[in-house]
Amino acid sequence: MSDVADRVKKIVVEHLGVEEDKVTESASFIDDLGADSLDTVELVMAFEEEFGIEIPDDAAETIQTFGDAVKFITEAS
Amino acid sequence: MRRVVVTGLGMVSPLASGVEETWKRILDGQSGAGPITKFDASNVTTKYACEVPFGDGTEGTFNPDDWMAPKERRKVDDFILFGVAASDMALADAGWTPEAEEDRLRTGVMIGSGIGGLSSIADTAVLVKERGPRRVSPFFIPGSLINLISGQVSIKYGFKGPNHSVVTACSTGAHAIGDATRLIQLGDADVMVAGGAEAAICEVGIAGFNACKALSTKREDDPKGASRPYDNDRDGFVMGEGAGIVVLEEYEHAKARGAKIYAEVLGYGLSGDAYHITAPAEDGDGGFRAMQAALARAELEPSAVDYINAHGTSTMADTIELGAVERLLGDAADKVTMSSTKSSIGHLLGAAGSVEAIFCVLALRDQIAPPTLNLDNPAVEPRLSLAANKAEPREINVTLSNSFGFGGTNACLVMGKVTD
Repeated sequence: MSDVADRVKKIVVEHLGVEEDKVTESASFIDDLGADSLDTVELVMAFEEEFGIEIPDDAAETIQTFGDAVKFITEAS
Repeated sequence: MRRVVVTGLGMVSPLASGVEETWKRILDGQSGAGPITKFDASNVTTKYACEVPFGDGTEGTFNPDDWMAPKERRKVDDFILFGVAASDMALADAGWTPEAEEDRLRTGVMIGSGIGGLSSIADTAVLVKERGPRRVSPFFIPGSLINLISGQVSIKYGFKGPNHSVVTACSTGAHAIGDATRLIQLGDADVMVAGGAEAAICEVGIAGFNACKALSTKREDDPKGASRPYDNDRDGFVMGEGAGIVVLEEYEHAKARGAKIYAEVLGYGLSGDAYHITAPAEDGDGGFRAMQAALARAELEPSAVDYINAHGTSTMADTIELGAVERLLGDAADKVTMSSTKSSIGHLLGAAGSVEAIFCVLALRDQIAPPTLNLDNPAVEPRLSLAANKAEPREINVTLSNSFGFGGTNACLVMGKVTD
């Protein structure tokens, strides 16, 4: 797994309080990992902070799964 | 009118986590005061307070993980954490965690706070200034709003009855219990979870009350001696934090389910001073009228009162309240005991009224008046006993609890043993 994926996974595990093995490529933050809409806002903020990037609101809305997040951040950074 | 009784108690205090743990220490004459550890207090005038003893949950310490998962706790200010923890205790004590929809529809929540998420608001303001508005957490607002204890408790237990919150400064806890009682009396609910919570020991909180000249400042070398109601050497209140929550229940409802019944809320009185934003009226008129109104609701003469838990903050206002009480009681003052438990736990602001109502319930149960600590050199010679420095075992059938808040807002609760 890439360095980006490791770092994203760590953030997801910490913020959502889920087991690491639940955070799979296709795991949806809301449907599979128990997040609500406010949790997803906070996750995106944590990604911005960790990777020193800015994720615009319309882009944030497309980040639904762990895989989406890794892909977006890899391309942006 | 429907009768309302107390069937559950919960508390997080500067002396301990838990009602019985706190009460034992109160009767033992312990103080919860000490140097401030929650923030670097080197820049504020008052460097001591009564902080909740965080720990691993043993020996009366408060372990936040026992009450809220770390990931949830991160999203709320400590006043919500304290309020939720004390609510959990009160509901467990009452044995009231109903699954049936009709029971949940008839259960409401009325928990307030004097200031709410003050330290979260201050921290977020600094964050915005230093790093910009995009870094503000989505949980900042719902983690700071005063009515969010009521919201959290309702969500956690599925309580769908009245969901309300009181904000009347240092009268909050008493108003919450009184207003929740009224909702049950009027039939809006059968059970209410009610009280107050506070966590304002932070730099802006201490600085703000210092600016009002309300806090004790002279006892850095002896924090445990700082809260000394009615004593000549008192110089202001000592800030406390925590929560006091009660489960209130319609009497027949409580009897029908075989609930443990602690006491009955006999009367509740409210008044306004119409005088000054921080000082009470010099003749104690507002407090006097609140007490009078509460006794009238209870259909009791002043002579029926055995124990009074005073507002008694360890400020100049102590003797104003004492004067109003003695005026109310007349000759009956000779047989009454009044004490200020703020001498042990400091002033819990929005939680004070509900924490002190719980002490009245326990005084009724155990037939003992808690002490007023540090009363070595009384500023007055009262007709009533102030239970100076030592708990006073005595007959207690009716209690009265006073709470007065900035803005001139007064509340008084009269409680008593349940009689058929």
